[in-house]
Amino acid sequence: MMQIGLEHYLTVAAILFTLGLFGIFLNRKNVIIILMSIELMLLAVNINLVAFSTHMQDLAGQVFAMFVLTVAAAEAAIGLAILVVYHRNRGSIEVEDINMMKG
Amino acid sequence: MILQALIFYLFAFVAVGAGVMVIVARNPVHSVLFLILAFFNAAGLFVLMGAEFLAMLLVIVYVGAVAVLFLFVVMMLDIDFIRLREGFQQYMPIGGVLGLILMAELAVVVGGHFAASTVVVEHSATPVAPGPAVGDITNAEALGRVLYTDYVYIFQAAGLVLLVAMIGAIVLTLRHRNVRRQRIADQTARHAKDTVELVKVPTGSGV
Repeated sequence: MMQIGLEHYLTVAAILFTLGLFGIFLNRKNVIIILMSIELMLLAVNINLVAFSTHMQDLAGQVFAMFVLTVAAAEAAIGLAILVVYHRNRGSIEVEDINMMKG
Repeated sequence: MILQALIFYLFAFVAVGAGVMVIVARNPVHSVLFLILAFFNAAGLFVLMGAEFLAMLLVIVYVGAVAVLFLFVVMMLDIDFIRLREGFQQYMPIGGVLGLILMAELAVVVGGHFAASTVVVEHSATPVAPGPAVGDITNAEALGRVLYTDYVYIFQAAGLVLLVAMIGAIVLTLRHRNVRRQRIADQTARHAKDTVELVKVPTGSGV
């Protein structure tokens, strides 16, 4: 209990990942919260990568955590830009209104 | 050792609590602020794991850029957030079921792995990028040595991803209003003989 090892970090990451997934379902209408939930999931992945990197004494995990960070930042920027344009055109960001392409 | 455990539990519980608040907060502004709190605590966990550079990166990139971007967008868009929360209860069961399934699967994977502790965790015989010996060089230096040598192409690709994202965000949100702009090509292509006309005016008759 008092010896903090790999499994503790993996547990935290698993809980955060599940919370992210849960958030996507809970806030089905609000794109902003969905994007934030995705950020939460990516953070959980990063915690996993860093935990294994420390555990294995291998820096590759931290390098890839950096790349995940990069992609997450790019994704947030593009997603929010799309959101702003969508709100400008339609005056709403409800997911259920996004049906122009009948997908 | 006990201090490390206490700090770990502090960071872990605050991070998880903030994560819960991100998805259940009524006001999206509060959600963003809780997201920032979660990131800060994850950065604390990174420091505990000895990844100081990534921790600082998380604070700078996420708290400094991404979360503030979220905050700007939430505050800029005039959205009826009450309407967006309709169906919160409706989606609760399916989300809960899926979350529980995922949680159980992860518990099976992690727990099963550690319950079978007789299985020696196979450290890769030759690490892809061996970490530094303790107290040898700093985490940032070790990371830099790996990043700029073995992973230099992926590093460049990451830069390209950021460039494309930046251009994409600008292209998406740039708005050309109806304003008169300077057209330099037209200006330089202009000749005096095309535009200036010499008119011979007879005396006393006007143009």
